[in-house]
Amino acid sequence: MLSIVVFLPLVAALVLLGWPRPPGRAATWAWITASVADLVLVVAVWLTYDGGPGVTEGFGFEERQPWIPGVGSSYHVGVDGLSLPLVALTAVLFLACAVHGLGEDRNRRTYAALFLFLQTVCTGLFVSLDLILFFVFFDLSIVGMYFVIAGWGHGQAARAALKFFLYTFLGSLALLLGFIGLYVGSDPHTFDMVELARSAPLDDRPVFGGLVLLAIFVGLAVKTPTFPFHTWLPPAHTEAPAAGSAILAGVLLKMGTFGFVRIAMPILPEVWQTWAWLIVVVGVVSVLWGALVALAQTSFKRLVAYTSVNHMGYVVLALGAAGMLGGDAVARSVAVTGAVTQMVSHGLLTGALFLLTGAMWDRRRTYEMSEYGGVAGTAPRFAALLALAAFGSLGLPGFSGFIAEFQIFAGSLGPAPVATVLAVLGILVTAGLFLWALQRILLGPRSDTGFPDLRGHETAAIAPLMGLAIVVGLLPAWLLGVIEPAARTVVDLLAP
Amino acid sequence: MTETIEYAAATGALSTIWLLIAIPVLSAAVLLLAGKRADAWGHLLGVGSIAATFALSVYYVVTLAGLDNRAVSLDLFSFIPVTGLQVDAGLLLDPLSAVFILLITGVGGLIHVYSIGYMAHDEGRRRFFGYFNLFVAAMLLLVLGNSFVALYVGWEGVGLASYLLIAFWYTRPNAATAAKKAFIMNRVGDVGLLIAIFLLFATLGSTQYADVFGNADALAGGTATALALLLLLGACGKSGQFPLQAWLPDAMEGPTPVSALIHAATMVTAGVYLIARSAPIYNLTESGQLVVAIIGAVTLMIGCIAGCAKDDIKRVLAWSTVSQIGYMFLAVGLGPAGYAVGILHLLTHGFFKAGLFLGAGSVMHGMNDEVDMRKYGDLAKRMKITFATFTLGYLALIGFPFLSGYYSKDLIIEAALDEGGAKGWLLGGAAILGAGLTAFYMTRLMLMTFFGKARWDRGVHPHESPAVMTAPMIVLAFGSVFAGFLLVNVFPLEEWLEPVFGPRPEAAHVLPPIVVTMIVTAVVAVGIAAAWVFVGRREVARTEPLGVSPLIVAARRNLYGDAFNESVFMRPGQWLTRFLVFVDNRGVDGAVNGVAALMGGGSSRLGRTQNGFVRSYALGMLGGSILVVAALLAVRFG
Repeated sequence: MLSIVVFLPLVAALVLLGWPRPPGRAATWAWITASVADLVLVVAVWLTYDGGPGVTEGFGFEERQPWIPGVGSSYHVGVDGLSLPLVALTAVLFLACAVHGLGEDRNRRTYAALFLFLQTVCTGLFVSLDLILFFVFFDLSIVGMYFVIAGWGHGQAARAALKFFLYTFLGSLALLLGFIGLYVGSDPHTFDMVELARSAPLDDRPVFGGLVLLAIFVGLAVKTPTFPFHTWLPPAHTEAPAAGSAILAGVLLKMGTFGFVRIAMPILPEVWQTWAWLIVVVGVVSVLWGALVALAQTSFKRLVAYTSVNHMGYVVLALGAAGMLGGDAVARSVAVTGAVTQMVSHGLLTGALFLLTGAMWDRRRTYEMSEYGGVAGTAPRFAALLALAAFGSLGLPGFSGFIAEFQIFAGSLGPAPVATVLAVLGILVTAGLFLWALQRILLGPRSDTGFPDLRGHETAAIAPLMGLAIVVGLLPAWLLGVIEPAARTVVDLLAP
Repeated sequence: MTETIEYAAATGALSTIWLLIAIPVLSAAVLLLAGKRADAWGHLLGVGSIAATFALSVYYVVTLAGLDNRAVSLDLFSFIPVTGLQVDAGLLLDPLSAVFILLITGVGGLIHVYSIGYMAHDEGRRRFFGYFNLFVAAMLLLVLGNSFVALYVGWEGVGLASYLLIAFWYTRPNAATAAKKAFIMNRVGDVGLLIAIFLLFATLGSTQYADVFGNADALAGGTATALALLLLLGACGKSGQFPLQAWLPDAMEGPTPVSALIHAATMVTAGVYLIARSAPIYNLTESGQLVVAIIGAVTLMIGCIAGCAKDDIKRVLAWSTVSQIGYMFLAVGLGPAGYAVGILHLLTHGFFKAGLFLGAGSVMHGMNDEVDMRKYGDLAKRMKITFATFTLGYLALIGFPFLSGYYSKDLIIEAALDEGGAKGWLLGGAAILGAGLTAFYMTRLMLMTFFGKARWDRGVHPHESPAVMTAPMIVLAFGSVFAGFLLVNVFPLEEWLEPVFGPRPEAAHVLPPIVVTMIVTAVVAVGIAAAWVFVGRREVARTEPLGVSPLIVAARRNLYGDAFNESVFMRPGQWLTRFLVFVDNRGVDGAVNGVAALMGGGSSRLGRTQNGFVRSYALGMLGGSILVVAALLAVRFG
């Protein structure tokens, strides 16, 4: 079942490539069909998932086939409460991009195939339970995104794509080094995450374990991205097409933070605890740095890109705080639940924001906020969705971001009080930057050049994302109920 | 968790109190989503939904009054069901929230009716009513929530509605800026409130009122004080109190009904509600209470002084609001002696200030939206109903004997004086002085607006507003006159609120109440006389006079509050962000690019050694061999 979810988009992509000249928008409609089918499967998985405790006790829909037996690597996949929400997010966001793709005219067939390929890669990564499998998907995501930016981007797309590729690829090399370290350090040697988590092989080797964590942390931190590894992000986003940005920020960034909860924390619990204070610091600096630098941006897309650094900083803060021994286990589990919620929430809200920037580019060919103003008058749908996404992003109750950040702060205050209080200041800065952006884009005298309102397919792509963010914001129980048991398992592993 | 307060479960009719929030939310959703189709009847739906909630509120409060245990709690659903962070969505109807829902839906309903006329010619009227309904729903959630989280959700909801309504005329840059300023200054307070909520979780493991107030005694003294100050920060943001007062006068950029409902009668009093609701926490910390009272006293003086120098009729009223809420903060800062009195002033103020704002809106309506009082004058004859209702509101505000403000303000001054010692004299003295200044600036407003010579712009033809606007003004004028008397003598508010705040301690009066009343009345008379001397006797200039005393300049500039914010927060903030951007580009990204360049340069230099000449390769081999041999020797004999 899970393998079908993972590879269905890839099969669709291959079929598309074998279809020599699809007429008109046929390729895009085929893409939408495949994405809908995949989403339906994911919903089926969600409904039949029985809520196992995750990493130590087994996974839902687990599959295991020998792959490279020589090095103890297998095709091992499964879902738990940490990965299932991200798998669902992936399916939703890719479907939104598929619908949004109805407005893309350049080389529709390849565009669709590339996104379908990326969907397989992203879903595959979240269900991977083997380090080599994880790494393969991790690297393929970089390749796929490189082609999206270079092929369908604008401005200095080639340069931005190259920087993105080199930077994140170097990061992935560090990650590989760390994985090899785990392999070497384990006995018997294995790449299997579940076995590694059970034995936690490097717990009694603080120096070697520390180096392995360093390599893995750097690899994942580049992807997340946290300060100071974030500078590839703004150019990549600015030059990427809207859907590419939505996937990059909405799904690809989560690979980094997901790696922390899936790999680093359960497999290196003692080492994670030792360095938790540093991770908390990295998180808080990312929160404040991302927010303050975003505040000074003149380009709306760069601004949204920097808020990703800020939002992912909250996740890192929570995961770091989960490793601090100060607070009680219950609070730390709240922090981890909040971190996973934040990944989902950020995917929905930032995905919507980036798709909205696409509307800006299509109409005016610029992201500079000084070129806009008074858009609320001519484009009420655009204005309403942008305002909703902005208020959701700045943590207004009623949206998913509030649920996530509330848990993160409430859970982190006990273990890491000073850092948490500093991070709460981040919500002040994000309020300022989003409201200032809204003022510059939407408010003010109506401009003469006009700004046509969102077209049908744009609304259809963006509105459901906001709808989901509001549903999670008002009735989060169904989501938190899935995440919490798995988060608890991770926290229990950290401090038995 | 040892003790929780047992609220009675809401049964029967009271189990439907969630309708109070659901009805306006639904109505707002219809108004905002239906599009132009709803333009024809949108305002009727907007008014109808609030009228329905008012009728329900009356019914619920009457039902509540018939119960023995007048505090019922209604659990709705589990909002955040995570172990360790159990947040249940639920409502609490008790005497305190009861008076608020009556105020919100009652005054709110009247202002909704008024808006039908006021916004009649605005193409965005449907959107206006949508936001207005949204506000009422959020405000009702704020006061009805049974936990600090529910309060916070409503708290942010009213902040959002306030933002949308201040920026309602979004094409005006001033409105857009004012809306942003309001939201951000509120957010400063929200940070305090949020941290207080997290602190409650960390120490008590819950934010449900039942758990928090049941276990408040278990809080360490330092924690209680910290909580009190953090909650106060939140309250200051929402209520426009020092040092977060600067946004409220700017918020007058919104339509006048918004100023009346949100920025005078209800939302800005949410801070007072927060402190009164958190009474069990404040009762634990005398220093926390003292800070609340001092903030109140300082703010009431700031509001009075700034109000004396303004020419914009709405800004005078806005600063007056800042100062009157200062009185309420002063009152609730006095602890059990002042909670009920503070709420009394909140209610009476809700009537007369809403009436005054609606009157100001009516004046603007007849004056082509002119707000500068220097261009008014002689309107008493042209707008008889507006003049009459405004005058009653004015008399109530300055504390004219036996009108509603007289009851509530005098009680606050008495309670402050009764604190005794330097504290009592300072707080009470500030309150008395404030009463005099209030009389001055309000009399000045009356004289400049309704009396003297007409100073209208050409083409302005003042006229009375339609009945749909004057009718609510008349009702509110009745409230301005009688609310104080009724709430003190007929339906004693203090008795009604006793289950929430406990009995009021009997304090020995420092001065007999009759003496206090005489002093206050005398000071008010001096204020009126001063206004007559400085404004009434003279010709009012059509432009602001220059070359005035430094005090007036300072008052015109809002006592340099904005300048302070700008120089201490905004500019350094801009420098900081610019500096960080520079570091981000040159430092962080520069380092990355530098490493990349170094690698590139290094490899091209290495590449140059591959030059194809056998002799240089031979030289390389020789050098390498020597190195190897040398290394071997060093290891062998070293």
